[in-house]
Amino acid sequence: MTIPISYYLILSAIVFLTGIVGVLIRRNIIGILLSIELMLNATNINFVAFSEYFQDLGGQVFVFFALTVAAAEVAIGLAIIIALHRAKDSINIEEFNLLKW
Amino acid sequence: MAQLFFGYFAGVIAVTAVLVVALRNPIYSALSLLILFFHVAGLYVTLHAEFLAAVQLIVYAGAILVLYLFVVMLLNVKRDDRYHSQWRVAAFVCIPLLLEFLVLLAEGSTAPQLDRLPAEQAAGMGDNTMAIGTTLFTTYLFPFEVASLILLVAMIGAIILAKRDIGESRET
Repeated sequence: MTIPISYYLILSAIVFLTGIVGVLIRRNIIGILLSIELMLNATNINFVAFSEYFQDLGGQVFVFFALTVAAAEVAIGLAIIIALHRAKDSINIEEFNLLKW
Repeated sequence: MAQLFFGYFAGVIAVTAVLVVALRNPIYSALSLLILFFHVAGLYVTLHAEFLAAVQLIVYAGAILVLYLFVVMLLNVKRDDRYHSQWRVAAFVCIPLLLEFLVLLAEGSTAPQLDRLPAEQAAGMGDNTMAIGTTLFTTYLFPFEVASLILLVAMIGAIILAKRDIGESRET
């Protein structure tokens, strides 16, 4: 008895939508980065589900690369947060409007 | 049995995903993301991707999340008490996405199921770790090398961004 592929798609769509909402409504930069992690995990679930469905290991290899990019993004993102906190003593996203038109 | 496991993992993943966004204290958000990572790893095990489940636990739960918690505690963040004022824009973007998702779901249930490849073809490749290693170092060798370059750039960039400017600190 196997799970149909559509269930995995529904699950990852739910997680991805939650991530989009989080990026748009959180005011804390750390919250925004955590929501980006949610979206990356949603795509990873999709990759692994399709890799099992087509019996093709390419999907799992791409999860590997997504993991690499996620690690790089976290390192850079947290470094930027530390630099911003040093500059303005706050990590509230509404305080950083220098580039806003 | 498979349905039971999937139902448990999917339910916990969905609930903790909502909690990551809804909880206002960043530490609680990070901890519910930790629970989500563990259950995603469980989902990978049910999908016969055991190596990725281990990597998920080691890299995501072990390294990335510890980095998050470290920064949260380093910066001593106060809990933020309200959401961003652009939540109307968020609703405007996400409600059409949700509707599209529902429409696709309603149509997708009638789509034909592809035939699965015979299982003995996959069984001949040895275990999951060996198969991934073989694929990674033959078909995907060049992207693998590029990934190492990305990690190098990220490491240098993080050091340069987080470091205080040497020249300024000498002067003050």
